Amino acid sequence: MKAQNLYDKLWSAHVVRQETDGTALIYIDRHLVHEVTSPQAFEGLKLAGRKLWRTASTLAVADHNVPTTGRARGISDPVSRLQVDTLDSNCAEFGVQEFKMSDVRQGIVHVIGPEQGATLPGMTVVCGDSHTSTHGAFAALAFGIGTSEVEHVMATQCLLIKKSRAMQVVVDGALGRGVTAKDIALSVIGKIGTAGGTGYAIEFAGDTIRNLSMEGRMTLCNMAIEAGARAGMVAADDTTINYLKGRPFAPRGELWDKAVDYWRTLHSDDGAKFDQVVRLDAAQIRPQVTWGTSPEMVVAVDGRVPDPAAMGDAAKRTAAEHALQYMGLAANTPITEISIDKVFIGSCTNSRIEDLRAAAAITRGRHVAANVKLAMVVPGSGLVKQQAELEGLDKIFITAGFEWREPGCSMCLAMNDDKLEPGERCASTSNRNFEGRQGSGGRTHLVSPEMAAAAAIAGHFVDASKL
Amino acid sequence: MQKFTLLNGLVAPLDRANVDTDAIIPKQFLKSIKRSGFGPNLFDAWRYLDQGEPGRDNTKRPVNPDFVLNQPRYKGAQILLARENFGCGSSREHAPWALEDYGFRAIIAASFADIFFNNCFKNGLLPIRLAAEQVDELFKAVAAHAGYKLAIDLEQQTISAPDGKVYKFEVEEFRKHCLLNGLDDIALTLQHVNEIETYEAKHRMEQPWLFA
Repeated sequence: MKAQNLYDKLWSAHVVRQETDGTALIYIDRHLVHEVTSPQAFEGLKLAGRKLWRTASTLAVADHNVPTTGRARGISDPVSRLQVDTLDSNCAEFGVQEFKMSDVRQGIVHVIGPEQGATLPGMTVVCGDSHTSTHGAFAALAFGIGTSEVEHVMATQCLLIKKSRAMQVVVDGALGRGVTAKDIALSVIGKIGTAGGTGYAIEFAGDTIRNLSMEGRMTLCNMAIEAGARAGMVAADDTTINYLKGRPFAPRGELWDKAVDYWRTLHSDDGAKFDQVVRLDAAQIRPQVTWGTSPEMVVAVDGRVPDPAAMGDAAKRTAAEHALQYMGLAANTPITEISIDKVFIGSCTNSRIEDLRAAAAITRGRHVAANVKLAMVVPGSGLVKQQAELEGLDKIFITAGFEWREPGCSMCLAMNDDKLEPGERCASTSNRNFEGRQGSGGRTHLVSPEMAAAAAIAGHFVDASKL
Repeated sequence: MQKFTLLNGLVAPLDRANVDTDAIIPKQFLKSIKRSGFGPNLFDAWRYLDQGEPGRDNTKRPVNPDFVLNQPRYKGAQILLARENFGCGSSREHAPWALEDYGFRAIIAASFADIFFNNCFKNGLLPIRLAAEQVDELFKAVAAHAGYKLAIDLEQQTISAPDGKVYKFEVEEFRKHCLLNGLDDIALTLQHVNEIETYEAKHRMEQPWLFA
């Protein structure tokens, strides 16, 4: 049989039927739902008198609007509250399992799926959220969809889509000290650009990826969408299987053994073809810091803010000039001389237990700099929070001057009360540095958890390994 | 879904690459549980001088005179001309909802982000990819002529310019069929219930743990 890549295998296992132009109806195994992109889909079902095709495939949680402090008082913003209440009532009406705000399992949808074992290898996983690519870390075909498609999956358990092209990003070699999966992700985006992966599904491979933990692989696949690729994925191996064993939604007993046999086939065959291959040498990757308003505007921490005047491409130059103006930065400023106002450690990119351990290791015995107005840690889920508290990480952060919050999307996109004020500069472990993303007029620099913690301590960007 | 067949519309140019969906419709407006009413907040942070919030009367807000859509010559535009990677970022369908609610029916750009591109077709909005040089040519033509209109014919897959020039564009056969006829995807898929059920039964046999 012809050698297949991982994406080919996942795709062909889910094709229900195909149109003559290649548009396929593919079957969806797991549908994750949150409060922002689902109300109009539920409303559509109601108006058409339709039901969910397979209720058990659906898992819901409110994460974007939830407050990260004073949960007992509920949600103060009436508009946010209505959206969360609407999710609650829709889930009750349609019989969908939901982790409510008071449930310890509540958290960011892309953290709780894997944490519960609701994301399994070989699955197709969708959610009305672009960072659904995260779940590809488990050798699943996972991607974000719009609200019309959310309704389509609810009603038919299928999606109408065309197969993407396949890209392989190969990273080999040992990562330097203090260099993380986040730095790999930002380096890839810096190399291929935010549209470099448009039209592709990306498989991350190579021994550097093999050596990453599941948390690291999730961080990497999470940012595939920032490179333009709807889906990112990593082959299944012992790391994947060990992570899933015993999780609440994972199979048990004989079914587990049968599943594992299948999961072990979920890798690209030797000699499998890709439409494009990109290679990176892990040893060359330095801790990354974004300087602009697109994730591709990124340099190493020991670098400088680039000079638009030195850019040959006119469109790039204009974009860089715009970005520097918005960011309030001068060309050629050393990255380590950029001081910050706020620090955000959290988001579906970097809020898992390993991320918090890494940030705590930098923070231990140190204190947040006087010029930093707010440094906050927002765990990805109630269970991550619980585990961190068991390990005493909360004490380390609080003693150092960080705020220790309740789980949710929080200041990654500032739909709740956690936001930047105009002009404020933030070291953030999130995924998007777009204009206004963390609050109108706010200035975001994307970094790893280690680098965010180090910036909080120093009051400016600094190589965490040299702190 | 509303049909798309022919459109002869005024063109507005948005000369920026990588316009993300956060810029198209900022997050505070995503709290709505409705599908409509996003038009007044399209490009909110660029369009107004103050900070927009849901529920505010947008007609009383100070507008940014420098923003292209606020220029009188582009009032009533139905075609948005844009640069590379338009619609990148979040999957929010509120972005095409806002564009459509504002009055746009088509977007011409050098490239689009995948999810946004897909979402447009679900809402009777036609995204058209042209070569970067052709897009450049159109930006120059729009700047040079007030009231610049283009005629889009989806059936023929052509854009006709006032100078007689015709641009051909590609569109997937299936999407074209749905848009020309205003077809509802769900009703279409439900015509294949038997095939879905057959697949599901086979899938359940092969991977029973997914149905446990």
